[in-house]
Amino acid sequence: MKRFLLPLALFFVLVAFLATGLRLDPREVSSPLVDKPAPAFQATVLARPEFILRRDDLLGKVWLLNVWASWCSACRVEHPVLIDFARRGGVPIYGLNYKDKREDGLGWLRQFGNPYRDSLFDPDGRIGIDYGVYGVPETFVIDSKGVIRYKHIGPVTPDVLRDTIEPLLRKLNA
Amino acid sequence: MIPELGHIILLLALGVALVQGVVPLAGAQRGRHDWIALARPTAYLQFVLVVLSFICLTASFVRHDFSVLYVASNSNSALPLPYRIAAVWGGHEGSLLLWVLMLNVWTVAVARFSRSLPQVFVARILAVLGLLAAGFLLFMLITSNPFERLLPAAADGRDLNPLLQDPGMVIHPPMLYMGYVGFSVAYAFAIAALIGGNLDAVWARWTRPWTSAAWIFLTFGIGLGSWWAYNELGWGGWWFWDPVENASFMPWLAGTALIHSLAVTEKRGSFKAWTVLLAILAFSLSLMGTFLVRSGVLSSVHAFATDPRRGLFILAFLVLVIGASLLLYAWRAPSVGLGQRFGIVSKESMLLVNNMLLAAACAAVLLGTLYPLFLDAMGMGKISVGPPYFDTVFVLMMAPLMLLMGVGPLMRWKNDELTGVARRLRWAFALAVVAALATGWVAGQVAPATTGGLVLAYWIMASIGVDLLERLRPRSGLGGSIVGRARLLPRAMVGMMIAHLGVALFAFGVAMVKTYGTERDVKMGPDSSTDLAGYHFRMVSVRNVDGPNYAAAQGLIEVSRDARVIAMLQPEKRIYRVQNNPMTEAAVDSNLLRDLYISMGEQLPTGEWVVRVQHKPFIALIWIGCLVMMFGGGLAASDRRYRSRLTRDAMLRPAVLGGRAR
Repeated sequence: MKRFLLPLALFFVLVAFLATGLRLDPREVSSPLVDKPAPAFQATVLARPEFILRRDDLLGKVWLLNVWASWCSACRVEHPVLIDFARRGGVPIYGLNYKDKREDGLGWLRQFGNPYRDSLFDPDGRIGIDYGVYGVPETFVIDSKGVIRYKHIGPVTPDVLRDTIEPLLRKLNA
Repeated sequence: MIPELGHIILLLALGVALVQGVVPLAGAQRGRHDWIALARPTAYLQFVLVVLSFICLTASFVRHDFSVLYVASNSNSALPLPYRIAAVWGGHEGSLLLWVLMLNVWTVAVARFSRSLPQVFVARILAVLGLLAAGFLLFMLITSNPFERLLPAAADGRDLNPLLQDPGMVIHPPMLYMGYVGFSVAYAFAIAALIGGNLDAVWARWTRPWTSAAWIFLTFGIGLGSWWAYNELGWGGWWFWDPVENASFMPWLAGTALIHSLAVTEKRGSFKAWTVLLAILAFSLSLMGTFLVRSGVLSSVHAFATDPRRGLFILAFLVLVIGASLLLYAWRAPSVGLGQRFGIVSKESMLLVNNMLLAAACAAVLLGTLYPLFLDAMGMGKISVGPPYFDTVFVLMMAPLMLLMGVGPLMRWKNDELTGVARRLRWAFALAVVAALATGWVAGQVAPATTGGLVLAYWIMASIGVDLLERLRPRSGLGGSIVGRARLLPRAMVGMMIAHLGVALFAFGVAMVKTYGTERDVKMGPDSSTDLAGYHFRMVSVRNVDGPNYAAAQGLIEVSRDARVIAMLQPEKRIYRVQNNPMTEAAVDSNLLRDLYISMGEQLPTGEWVVRVQHKPFIALIWIGCLVMMFGGGLAASDRRYRSRLTRDAMLRPAVLGGRAR
């Protein structure tokens, strides 16, 4: 009989996880990195393989870091929102092209438009690990001192932008 | 008025479903024939009520009743009629109603086509299905009532999600749900047999055609969904390992395993406990798919409407249904007993390995889908899982499976000799290797991974050929012409061969398109042109087109080869007015050998457009392979022995009735 109880036991383990998952919002996991300095990086830029961008190059301004990939279907959902945000001006968005191929990423931007000032190229996900990337897409707000002020997991929606990110940006830029 | 009517009818349906779920079940336990007799009439009545309620919701859409919240959220006065009807299942509430409707279609089919089965057994099956329907009706009425009013009414609706405005979308969800829900029949058979204690070869024979039928619909639904994504998402991919795709793929894998293990249970009486567990699992995975899609624990493009309260309800329902089934299994399965013994080299062990590989693949997909959730729940969120994981793991599981697919069907039951089988198949293997290398050579590049895939595809085809030749060879006692001998082949066997051929075609298509597909992103304005894979693409014009609920820029691109025009393609970039969503409408010129796929990207400040041109060799075989698999499944399910009215019921009935007293 014991052997036949195994499926039931496994099922309950699964249920425990699903129940925990219900209480967590996949889009609102607080990151241990919030209010800590953004991890340093040094990466080539997607469109210009010969150009290296460092975190310290971006000190002195407030900016958004958006993690994306051409294989990520949810990124397609948020993409028009970012395009619209970039079009309205405001703070620059830097992309982090995560675990992707250069030509795929570039093709994707040509196809759907490019809201990014530049995209860091992170083919093996190393920068992603430093930033505790949990899934794609994710968006970080980083202030002029290079400190992460907010992290959003999942697609950025117009509501999130209006109610959370933009008020924070106004505060940081004030 | 119509929405209220629909709501009341749903409440009535819930009442009927509860009667259908409880009374016949109790009747079967206590031997009350009048209670047992209620099963069929209540099933029919519930079906009629759910259909009526579905019609009410459809009517609200057709009549643009924006005082219904669900209609206002998923329709618009400019939405064309076919899409207004498809919008009925375009959101959460309506797709639940579709779920229940499909469940009722299957229930009525069981009620109708089960005349040859023992009454008690049918009563239990219909009762289990009734309880499932009651659960879903309750879910709908408590958390997701599609008839909820919006007062004051909205002036106009928020429109159907533009992604869903496509002909494929009109039939994709119903087919997918037919498959999903179809496994409820195999599940109900399993539960009824566990309760009744008649888990045997005859049970397996009854279950087989139903399982195959559900599997056919699921295959069609998944294939159609993939084809839709290919045409509609506008970037030429056909499978994305999105959580919702995975949610439909896991029951498919479990269902495929079930079909194979049912064969062993029917023919040899072995694997009974495993088969019944698979029947429970296939349906449980369908249910869990619903939970994942609806609860919002994972984010996905498909997850239109999510609400934690809904998630809690479904989770409770899952625990009740799956937990109770697995408990019943743990209680009853130990007394099932083992089937006949078999050797290590035999058809049984081949099918055992098949089942283990399919189950492992299913577990790998489940793990990959839930991985972000597991990590999150344990408070460590560092790793994300994407197509890189799935592609690798999946190929590792499927390669040995396909290798076995060439061997298994030629093995004898019970005991066979490895050397004999190897001798029969050596030429098939040599042929497969040569053909794969030749294909690579013709295509201009021999890549190791692709050659591996092609060898497997050719290997399956060649071994089917060997199998067929051996069976059609003149033998003593089997005279007549080849045609005569071919006619004598059982349909189930021909169906299996065809389904396996479908797998080979599918694998061939995947291997070819992965390696030899080419693409190019180019800036194009009127009269500019580009070349790809020997084709010449010239943009003739871009003009603005107005659709009923969108505005579009439509390109006209002339495709020619060797100075001969072969197609005029019209890709579009659409902006849907209400939700203000840009959509890429790709244009595809398709034939068996290749697809030419053109999609329009952004417009550049210069007025030119970024256009992506793709050449995809043999991609059509991916979906043709699915169709061939379905056809094979259909042949197998329609084998004579499932249709014969003369079953061994008379012998069986005492055993079934005896089982109920325990």
